[in-house]
Amino acid sequence: MKRVLETTEVAGQSPNWLLTRLDDLVNWARANSLWPMPFGTACCAIEFMATAASRFDFARFGMERQAFSPRQADVLICAGRLPFKLAPVIRRVYDQMPQPKWVISMGACASTGGIFDNYAMVQGIDTIVPVDVYVPGCPPRPEGLLYGVLLLHKKIKGETVLDPELRREQPLDDKGLRLPPERIDEISEPFGNSVHQFRSA
Amino acid sequence: MSKRTVELELATPGLDAQGRPARVPLTVGGTGGGDVAGQLAVEPGSEHMLLNIGPQHPATHGVLRLVVELDGEVVVRCIPHVGYLHSGFEKLGEYRHYNQIIPLTDRTDYLSPMANNVGFALAAERLMGIAITPRCTVLRVIACEMSRVISHMVWLGTTAIDLGAFTPFLWAFQERERIYDLQEMWTGARLTTSVTRVGGMMADIPDAFVTGLRHFTETFPKTLHEIDRVLTRNAVWVGRTQNVGVLRREEAINHSLSGPMLRASGVAYDLRRDKPYLDYETYDFDVPVGEHGDVYDRYLVRLEECHQSNRILQQALARLPDGPVNVDDPRVILPSKSRAMSDMEAMIYHFKQVMEGVKAPVGEAYVGIENPKGELGTYLVSDGSAKPVRWRIRPPSFINLSSLPKMAEGHLLSDLIAINASVDIVMGEVDR
Amino acid sequence: MNPSVDALRATFGNAIGRAVVARDGETIVTVGRDALREVMRWLRDSAGHSYDYLVDVTAVEYRDAERPIELVYFLRSLERRVDLRVKVDLPKEQELAVDSVVGLWAGADWLEREVYDMFGVTFRGHPDLRRILMWETYAEGYPLRKDFPLRGRFSRAEQVRQALGANPEAHYSMEELAIAEAFDELPEDMKERLRRGERGKLPFSE
Repeated sequence: MKRVLETTEVAGQSPNWLLTRLDDLVNWARANSLWPMPFGTACCAIEFMATAASRFDFARFGMERQAFSPRQADVLICAGRLPFKLAPVIRRVYDQMPQPKWVISMGACASTGGIFDNYAMVQGIDTIVPVDVYVPGCPPRPEGLLYGVLLLHKKIKGETVLDPELRREQPLDDKGLRLPPERIDEISEPFGNSVHQFRSA
Repeated sequence: MSKRTVELELATPGLDAQGRPARVPLTVGGTGGGDVAGQLAVEPGSEHMLLNIGPQHPATHGVLRLVVELDGEVVVRCIPHVGYLHSGFEKLGEYRHYNQIIPLTDRTDYLSPMANNVGFALAAERLMGIAITPRCTVLRVIACEMSRVISHMVWLGTTAIDLGAFTPFLWAFQERERIYDLQEMWTGARLTTSVTRVGGMMADIPDAFVTGLRHFTETFPKTLHEIDRVLTRNAVWVGRTQNVGVLRREEAINHSLSGPMLRASGVAYDLRRDKPYLDYETYDFDVPVGEHGDVYDRYLVRLEECHQSNRILQQALARLPDGPVNVDDPRVILPSKSRAMSDMEAMIYHFKQVMEGVKAPVGEAYVGIENPKGELGTYLVSDGSAKPVRWRIRPPSFINLSSLPKMAEGHLLSDLIAINASVDIVMGEVDR
Repeated sequence: MNPSVDALRATFGNAIGRAVVARDGETIVTVGRDALREVMRWLRDSAGHSYDYLVDVTAVEYRDAERPIELVYFLRSLERRVDLRVKVDLPKEQELAVDSVVGLWAGADWLEREVYDMFGVTFRGHPDLRRILMWETYAEGYPLRKDFPLRGRFSRAEQVRQALGANPEAHYSMEELAIAEAFDELPEDMKERLRRGERGKLPFSE
């Protein structure tokens, strides 16, 4: 199975003290002011709003300004289920975001399709956009979303400016897909007897 | 209170007898002939602008796409596109047992999940001919009214944000958090509660629930008064909401509106009063009815409904009877784990319910409840098996939203946002 | 049994089929599809019945493949506080089409569009009958039919590909197309079809 994304080795350039300090500075700046693009669709969007409200308040974590325009956003938080009708919309919104950008898939439906294994639902937004952090839950508690944001901070702090692959745009391939079709079918397999109308077991 | 008169020359010719713009046929290149229905006549060089709002937009309250034809700042036509959150609920329901559908109902109207659970359970019990216990009846009233409060709080907060007032959003969500604590205490989940089962509830309330809810009902009116003080006589609020999006009484009935939308237009119809369920006729509460059918009236109706819900909650807490919360029917209610592990008959009942589901008799049932958004109906058709043949959700937001084009004509674009907010839609229910 | 049933039989005779009382106590009366519009108008307008409020319009297809598809109209009289359920049988061998009641109740607009989208029932006289929950060019069929599998007909990869290929700003309603610039954005083959006056035929959807 050929991987779509290949990272490059940075063996040729030894990360010296100056570059690591620069990395720290850049990553600190990026991580602590992640402006979210709330792509809220369903129930998870309500928990997202609750996380933004005064009790949990993710402004403490740098997400002060919710950027409703993708041009000014850093992280796309897909909160809620994504039907096929909405798929080109999220792809376009993702493409409109400038680098550096990350994606948090919030909730079970955005991560895998959740309880909706049917004709209308995308089985995970990672078939459409590359995802950095998956937050499980239906819906995840606000603390869960905050933990996901902190995981993203950790991921960002592990990045380096020397690696151009990290910030390379990943457009859709010539078939109009992000992953090979077999891979999409493989990760969308149904579960158990959930798709049988007559059989119980 | 400012009155604004907008006179506009609609460039699209022809309003039909009801004052709605007739559809303009579209033709190209004069190649007519053939099918009259397919013939289209174009308006070249039209000066109107087509603006696309959504589906990703902060003010559409979910994934709603509004295509708006604008003459400058004035909305000539507004065409809503829905379906961006269509999740195939009704199809999925045909593949699930009745108790397995209850978690699905949480996710349709996720702003008032307990009310959805109750609505479905009532329909399933009506179909199966099960009568619930008195304690369960009062608990379901508590669940419905708590849902009404949180739904109206979301509506209040998001509508205020749309019209520029940010602070009531924080106050409203803080109240929601208090209800969320109670919901979590009862069901374990803040939002996707799945609190009912066919024949009863998921669990009985814990001891701290009653004191917590009583404390909530004592302090909630204070927040409502604060919000009232900030908004109701505020010149900006009044100017942006009065005489905006007016829908007359006959139009409201003809468009099948329900809930606060219908009552704000002057129709005194509330399912709790007029088709009572869960003993609502024995509670003492008022039903606020508006006069003008504009956004301001809808705001007043919903604010007053919060006060009345508070009253109902206090009465329900006072009359909460002791007793079992589930019916005593082992074919419908799961036996307790300890009995299922020790008694053979209980184990068989447990097995049959979990593996095969509870079978409903052949027939159909429709139950409509007064959801915070309107009349939430559940129509179940059964062929004798454990999975329904058809589960139809009568979606109040979907039908209320279909009146948006009628309400928005002739208003400014910013009024369109206010009108859209006043419809109180939740896209999970609109699209199912 | 709702007294409107007897009045209906007296007025319309053979067009009224069987009437039963459902498990929830409501009266269900079956009406022949040809008489539907007159029956609905009579129910709405005649004094003593005046069902001025349409609660819902939906359809039911049974698991037994021989049974017809039933269209169900939930009517309510607000002043008399009475409900009535009207059903129309649509045998699957014949064309699934009835008259639209949008002229009587404006609320039927989107409800009938949804029945069209999910079941493929055409409503004659509807001002704008196109898909409402699925996208307009959805090619897999009518989702709530029993022969439509839960996960759809195409493979997941194909569904993703078709979904991503759609234009999120597409305008397909007649009202939008009346605004000239929207017409220019249509794909060429669709412009050609509209010029010829036909709507496209998609597989699985007649």
